[in-house]
Order: sequence, then structure tokens, then C-alpha cells
Amino acid sequence: MINFPILSVITYLPVVGILLILFINKGNYKLIQWIAFITAVVNFIISIPLYFNFDSKTWAMQFVEKMPWIEEFGISYHMGIDGISLLLVLMTTLLSALAILSTWNAVTERVKEYMISILFLETGMVGVFCSLDFFLFYVFWEVMLIPMYFIIGIWGGPRRVYAAVKFFIYTMSGSVLMLVAILVLYFINHSQTGVYTFNILDYYRLNLPFGVQFWLFLAFFLAFAIKVPMFPFHTWLPDAHVEAPTAGSVILAGVLLKMGTYGFLRFSLPMFPQATIDFIPFIAWLSLIGIIYGALLSIAQDDVKKLVAYSSVSHLGYCMLGMFALNAHGIQGSILQMINHGFSTGALFLMVGIIYERRHTRLISEYGGIWRVMPFFALLLLVVAFSSMGVPGTNGFVGELLILIGIFKLNVWYGAVATIGLILGAIYLLWMYQRVILGEITNDKNRHLNDMNFREYAYMIPILVFIIWIGIYPKPFLDKMQVSVEHLIEQIKYTKDIDAGEKREAKIEGVKGSRVQVAKGFYFNPRTLNLFYGNNNTDN
Amino acid sequence: MEIIIPTINLASIYPEIVVTIFAVIVLLLHAFTPHHSPGGAGKGGDHLGYISFIGIAYATFLVFTQEGGTEYSFNGLWILDNYSRFFRLIFLLGTGLTILISVKYVKDEGINHGEYYSLILFATVGMMIMGGGADLITIFLGLELMSISLYVLAGYTRNRLTSNESSLKYFLLGSFATGFLLYGIALLYGATGTTNLKGISGFISESNFGNPILIMGMVLLVVGFGFKIASVPFHMWTPDVYEGAPSPITAFMSAGPKAAAFAAFARVFFEGLPSLQGVWVDLIWILAVLTMTVGNVIALVQNNIKRMLAYSSIAHAGYVLVAFVSANELGIGGILYYMLAYTFMNIGAFGIIIVVGGKGEKRVNVDDYTGLAYRHPVAAATMSLFLFSLAGIPPTAGFMGKFYIFSAAIKSGYIGLAIIGVINSVVSVYYYLRITVAMYMKEPESAVSGAESMPSLVFSTAMIIAMVIAAYGVLRMGIFPSAYIALAQQSHLSF
Repeated sequence: MINFPILSVITYLPVVGILLILFINKGNYKLIQWIAFITAVVNFIISIPLYFNFDSKTWAMQFVEKMPWIEEFGISYHMGIDGISLLLVLMTTLLSALAILSTWNAVTERVKEYMISILFLETGMVGVFCSLDFFLFYVFWEVMLIPMYFIIGIWGGPRRVYAAVKFFIYTMSGSVLMLVAILVLYFINHSQTGVYTFNILDYYRLNLPFGVQFWLFLAFFLAFAIKVPMFPFHTWLPDAHVEAPTAGSVILAGVLLKMGTYGFLRFSLPMFPQATIDFIPFIAWLSLIGIIYGALLSIAQDDVKKLVAYSSVSHLGYCMLGMFALNAHGIQGSILQMINHGFSTGALFLMVGIIYERRHTRLISEYGGIWRVMPFFALLLLVVAFSSMGVPGTNGFVGELLILIGIFKLNVWYGAVATIGLILGAIYLLWMYQRVILGEITNDKNRHLNDMNFREYAYMIPILVFIIWIGIYPKPFLDKMQVSVEHLIEQIKYTKDIDAGEKREAKIEGVKGSRVQVAKGFYFNPRTLNLFYGNNNTDN
Repeated sequence: MEIIIPTINLASIYPEIVVTIFAVIVLLLHAFTPHHSPGGAGKGGDHLGYISFIGIAYATFLVFTQEGGTEYSFNGLWILDNYSRFFRLIFLLGTGLTILISVKYVKDEGINHGEYYSLILFATVGMMIMGGGADLITIFLGLELMSISLYVLAGYTRNRLTSNESSLKYFLLGSFATGFLLYGIALLYGATGTTNLKGISGFISESNFGNPILIMGMVLLVVGFGFKIASVPFHMWTPDVYEGAPSPITAFMSAGPKAAAFAAFARVFFEGLPSLQGVWVDLIWILAVLTMTVGNVIALVQNNIKRMLAYSSIAHAGYVLVAFVSANELGIGGILYYMLAYTFMNIGAFGIIIVVGGKGEKRVNVDDYTGLAYRHPVAAATMSLFLFSLAGIPPTAGFMGKFYIFSAAIKSGYIGLAIIGVINSVVSVYYYLRITVAMYMKEPESAVSGAESMPSLVFSTAMIIAMVIAAYGVLRMGIFPSAYIALAQQSHLSF
């Protein structure tokens, strides 16, 4: 363990970059871009030692920083990462740097505000993945909305205002209920332990009656499901993706969506194990609907960016499904797939951005025969599309295979339906590839397109390296998360004392098929929660 | 008949005395300086504003130096405790900021300096008396002093029709509310034989409190205070008055007097009528839900920004009522913290409204903010900060305040109320975002709805100081709120 507060440094270094940028005349936008880019790159370089110094033999939180912040409420500044968040943090710092590089020419107006927004966003994203205090987590979670709102709303497409406001309100309506749930946990924790704290790790040890778990799970579910987004909460996503500038889409798909899935892993599963198990069929079917529905919508799109956007709904369905298989394969696959999706979908958005910068259209019908003028682009797009559809040798294969193994262990039918999604994935991606890249050049405007330039290679190659590396040798990545995932499964299976002494095993075997009583929880009434608070209410 | 000479403890009212003296000084200075020179009443006279500000600063200093502890004086009419100290700080802060944002406005509008500032100071004295009153009569005295000053201030730009309407409406409806309040006080006196809060609470706890006169009196008090804090369904005056009044006065009204009404409201109900809690909690629960919801929903469709913020201020009163319903220590702390935060963010927002509005308040529609970020990035960023704070987005004071309030509600088991509250804050996001959309996401056009193109904004030094203070307050209370929370926690009522 090192004493250098590395997590805080990578969280707040972008803020330092913002302060530097504030002092630069807005006319000097090249300098602003360079400062933003260098800040992000330095941030990534600083974050690399996290990987090498990470001890993969323990599930305990590492690189922990803890100091009192708002002692009156028991809120502390508490950061730390484990095997679940490590890779997400690294991916965030990498993708932020690449995203900044990708908008070198795409954003030429109000560059100063743009770079400030992206750096601010990076602070929020890294903060979310590192927070171990619920209050701190919530602050980062909400703070991120502001820069993303501006990125979509100022530099977005024609319907940007609608998309930005929808994004903001949709996300916030989920998270405010989470805030209420956090506060309920806070007071339950106080009544059980006598300590006021927002420490997430302490909440893992709570014994929550099932009725309470049910409602809290629902509140958290809403917040995270909107963020993921799960069907039927996905409608903000296509709007936001399509209107956002390239860097916004990359970060949105690559990192922001992962916060939803990360939230389930970090909070819902370990804190509400019984509810998690009882909700498996519910979540599984929503995910399956998302997988199929997202893929079908992708097939029907005539706009490349919309196609990629809907494919996210489908891919995130796999992440959710793998996670709720609640076995080591499923969860590892799910985490790896979060990373994979960040790279492959991020790369797809970047490539859409590359042709959009040249032609200023994203309609598939405008293209065709691109391989003749942009052969390297065509090759890269093929690799990225393979990665997205999970062809062996690319990262997508490893993730989806693990997820499918996990799902089949849980329930054969879920697995069977999920496999259909894979086929659909191949259809929309290959069909898109065929229409955009292959064939003869049908549109004269496409005859003189330049192939990718140095800057574009500079941000595509790192992603490509990871796509191939994870595809061929995923062990370094899986090793880091293994112990944490096993511990997570232990936490869920752990026998919980429920309702004063009565021992009830959280039965994972009992969920084959669909005979699960979700309705059990409906007797729960918020007013009765008051009883659990017991003494603390009488001191008024 | 023996005359009991009450213990007179002037030390406990030093801040009030100082503010009163300064109010008189400002008035006299104005009367004895030649101002009928060419250029009209508005020419010169900044110094009166600064003198008033010095008075407020001195009073603030005195509040800080007063000894701690709870102390009754003036025969039980007056109380000096941490609760009243905290509220006095809120009032003085609100007044100080109002004076700073007024300086240029008053000059531009050519209105009479001396009376303007001295009325503000007198209103402040009224608020401070409301905060420190331990007897219904004292509270009523403070309320009238404050209200009458405000009636005049609301109509201060007397050449503008809306301002006249504002003043008249406020006066008529305000007097009506005063009537309710007075009637309630009379009934309470009739039922308990005293107007002293301690006496009332002692009487009720000793005798049975099923007395219908008592309940009636309590309900009338709810109506009277409900009027002053602009809770639904007693809110009808607010939009018109806020829209018509001069902008600095609107800012002033939404912060200080509202806080004062809450100060008295909470003290009367928690110290005077705690035994009736079972009755009034349900009543105020309904008020809170109505106030939040109606305020936010109607604000959605407003185009005039002052009117929008009027409805938003109704909604904010609803949030504070949530803390009120919680009726625990966290709740009282929440009221204090929220009113302080609200003072910073709302007066801050009105500061920008004054600057954008320009001379004669011509630009007060949301459309007038179109492209502000292109022309005045700093003004737009500052406004966004205050708006995000009003919407309750971290890391701002508004978020911490809502966090405080909703945790109080949940602690008392009002989870349903907390859920209604947070959903309301999502609704409110929409109209606050409308302004940022106009500022950042629409191209500046000179011919939007026929309005003249936006001239350059002029920030006076005083305005800049006020904005810096407000922005600092919003961020400080949002990011490092510890000291303020500790202060609020020490200041809860002893009930």
C-alpha cells in the first residue's frame, strides 16, 4: 500500500486542468486543446500504477483514503477501489484522453467551455467509481449531469436541447429516489449499529428484513436501470447519443452507462441479496427484451449513429443478464463486457465521427464503397465491428462467452434467448458494414475522401490494442477482478439474520424457472419502517 | 396598584438598536443633504446605501459577540438564544446583500435613496424582533413593522403600474392575513389566559387541550403564518407582488421576511403549541405537499423570470415545511440551514436578474436571456450556479439544504413526504434548466420576439461584491458545509 493519494489525484487532476484553461484567452483554442489533452493523458499515466500496484489476492478495498468531511452527518471523504472498479477507473481515464483527442477538429466553437466540460465530466466519472461513501458517491453521480448536459446541449445536433433536457430529467428522476433510499439505509444503519455513517462498507453488514430490501432494491433499481439503460427506461439514450458530439457519445457509451451496471454490482447485489435473488426473473426478462428489442431497432436504423446507440441497449442487456446470473462466470463476464463495450462502442462512435467529419452526414444510404477510398478505415471498422458482435479473437467474444456460460448455468431458456441476440448483433453490424464500406462507390461525393490521418490513428490504435489483447489474452484483466467477484458472490449467498434471529438462507438454488415470489414484499408499508428506528425517534 | 418594573436588558437587543439607529441616521442624512439639485432624486446618494451596509455589518458583528446561552428578558417578552441568533444572521445577510444589489438599481431608477434604505433597515428590525419574540405580542409587533415597511417598498417604483398594483395587493391581502393572525392570537389568549409562549405551552400541558377555541386559534395562526411564508393555498398574492415589486425588493422579500415568518412560525408552534403537535403536523403535511407541488407545477409555464422565481419561492417554502413537519432536531436545523442557503442563492439569482433587466426592468422574460453565455460568460456561469443550487444539484448549498430537510423527514418516518419532495425537485429542474437553455443553447439573435438586442451588462462594484459573496456562500455551503451545519445544529429550539 502506498501513501500517495493516487485516487484523489486522478479525480481532481482534471480540475487543475480546468483552472489552467480558465486563465487562457478563449481565442487561443489550440493551446486550450493541448492543455486539456495533456491533462487527460497525464491523468491516464498516473492511473496506470493502480493496475500494477493492485493486489489481486484480496477483495478488500485498496488505495483507501479516508478523512472526515461532514462529521455532523457522519459523512467522510472515503475513496478506494477493488477488483470491480479498478478496470473501470482505468478505462475512464483512457477514454477521456482519447475523446478529447477525437474532437480536435470537430469542435471549433467555444472550445474553452467544451474542454472544461469534458474535464469536469472526467472528475465526476472517476469519483463515482472510487467513492466508498454514499454521500460522496451521490455528489459525484449528480455532478456529472451538469457537464454532460452542456456537452449535449451546446455542441450537439439539431435536437440537442430536447435531448439534453431529457437526459438530465430522466437521469435525475431515478437518482432522487435513490437519495431517499440512501437516507433510509442511513437511519436503519443507525438503529442497528448506533452509528451515523454513510460508509458503504458498513452497509454491507446490515441485516435488512426482506420487505425493506424489496423497496430499497426497487429505488436503487430505478436509478441504475435508467442509467444503464434497461428496457423500458432506455428512451433517453438514442436521443442523447444521436445529438451529442462524438466525444460526448464516446464518454456516454463508454463510461456513463457503466455507472448503472457498476451501481448494481457495488450496491444492490451485496446490500440486498434476498431481493436480488427474488428479482432475478424480472431483471432477466427485462434484459432479454432489451437485448432483442435493441438489436431489432438497430437493424431498422438508417442512421449509423442511431444504429450504434440502439446496439448499446442490446449490449448492456448482456451485462445485466450476466451479472444477475450471480455466478463467477456471469459476473466476471459482465464486468469484462462493460470494459469491452466501452472500447468497442466507443470505437464505433469514434469511427462514425471520422466519416461524419468528412461528409457531415450519418445516413447509411449516403455511403457505399468506402473501402476503395479509405481502406485502412474500412479495415479498422471491420475489427471494431467484429469486436462489437463478439467474433473470436476480439474482446467481445471473451466477455459474451463468459456471460453466456453464466446464463446457461442459471437457466437454459434465458441462455437460448440471449443467443438469438448474438445473431441479430451480427446482422445489424455486418449489414451496416456491407452498405457503408463494401460495393462500388455510388455517391460521387465519396470519391475523394481522405483516409485516416495521424491524429485519428493516434486515438484508434490504443483502443484496437485493447480489443485484440483482451480477445487473445484476457487473463491479466480477469485475474484482477476474480477475488472481488468471488467475495461478492459470497456476500450474496451469506446467511442473513432476518427478522430477529430467524435464520433464512438466501436461496440461490430456488430460482430455476420462474417460481419466485416477488409479491412477498408487498405487505411492506413505509410507516412500519418507523418501528425499526426504535429509540432514535423518541429523543425528540 | 403595584407596578412591576420589568428587567430591562438592553444588551440583548443591541443589534436591533444599532439597525434602528442607522435607519434613522440614513433618513436624516437624506433629509439634510441637498438633493433637489438638477438631476432628480436619484442623483448621488450611494453613500446612504454604504452607510446602511456599515450598519448591517456592525449589527452582524454585535450578533457574533453576544454571549451564548438562552436568556429571557423584558419580562419574558424577548428571548435571546442560538435560534434567534442564527435567524438574525440570516436576516442581516439578506439585508446586506439586498443593499449591495440595490445601489445601482436605485440610482438608475431615480428613486428616493434615503427612505428606501431606511425602510429596508426598519423591515430588518421587524424581522429581528420576530426572530427574538418570546411572546405572541412581540412577534406580532415585529411582523407589523416588517410588513408595513414592505408594503411601501413593493410600490417604490411609483411610476410603474405593476409596482403600484404589487403594493396595493400586498397591502390588502397582507392586512387580511394580519387579521387572521391577530384573531388567532386573541383566541389563544382567550383559551389560555396568556400570550407568552412558555405560558401557553405550560397551560396546555397542564389542562386538557381538547378546547375547540384553542384548536381554532391554532388553525388561524397557521393561516396567518401560511400567508406570510406564501404557502398554498395562501399564496395568491406572491406572483403578482414579486413580479411587480422592484427586483431588489423581490429578492429581499423572498429571503429575509420569509425566513422571519418561518422563525416565528416555528417558535410559536414548537415552543408554544408542542402539545398540539398531533393536530398541526397533519395540517402542515397537507400544506407542504400542496405548496411544493403547486409552486413547481405553475412555475413550469412562466415566461417572466421574476414570476417564475416567485412560484419557485413558493415551492421552496414547501420544502421548508417538510422540515417543519418532521418536527425533530434535524428538522429545525434543516429550516435554519435551508433558509441561509436560500438567502445566498436566491438573492444571487436576483442580482443577475437586476443586471440583465437593465434600466426600467425591460428584460425580465426567459427569452431575454437568449445567448447570454455568448455575450457575458461570467454572468451566465454565475446565474447557472445559482440556478443549479435552486434546483438542488450538488455540489451546491441548495443540494445540502434539501439533503438536510429530506433526511429530517425520513428520520421521522415521513418517507412518502420525502418522495413527494424529491419528485418535486425533479419537476423544478425543468424550469431552472429553461433559463440555462436560453443562456447557453440558443444562438443570440437580436430580433427575438421583437426585443431590442441586449446591450452590454453593467456590473457595479457593489453588485460584484454581492455576487461574489453569494457565489462563495453557495459553494461553501455545498462543498464544505461542516461549520454551517454545526452552527445550525447548535441553534435548534429547546423543545
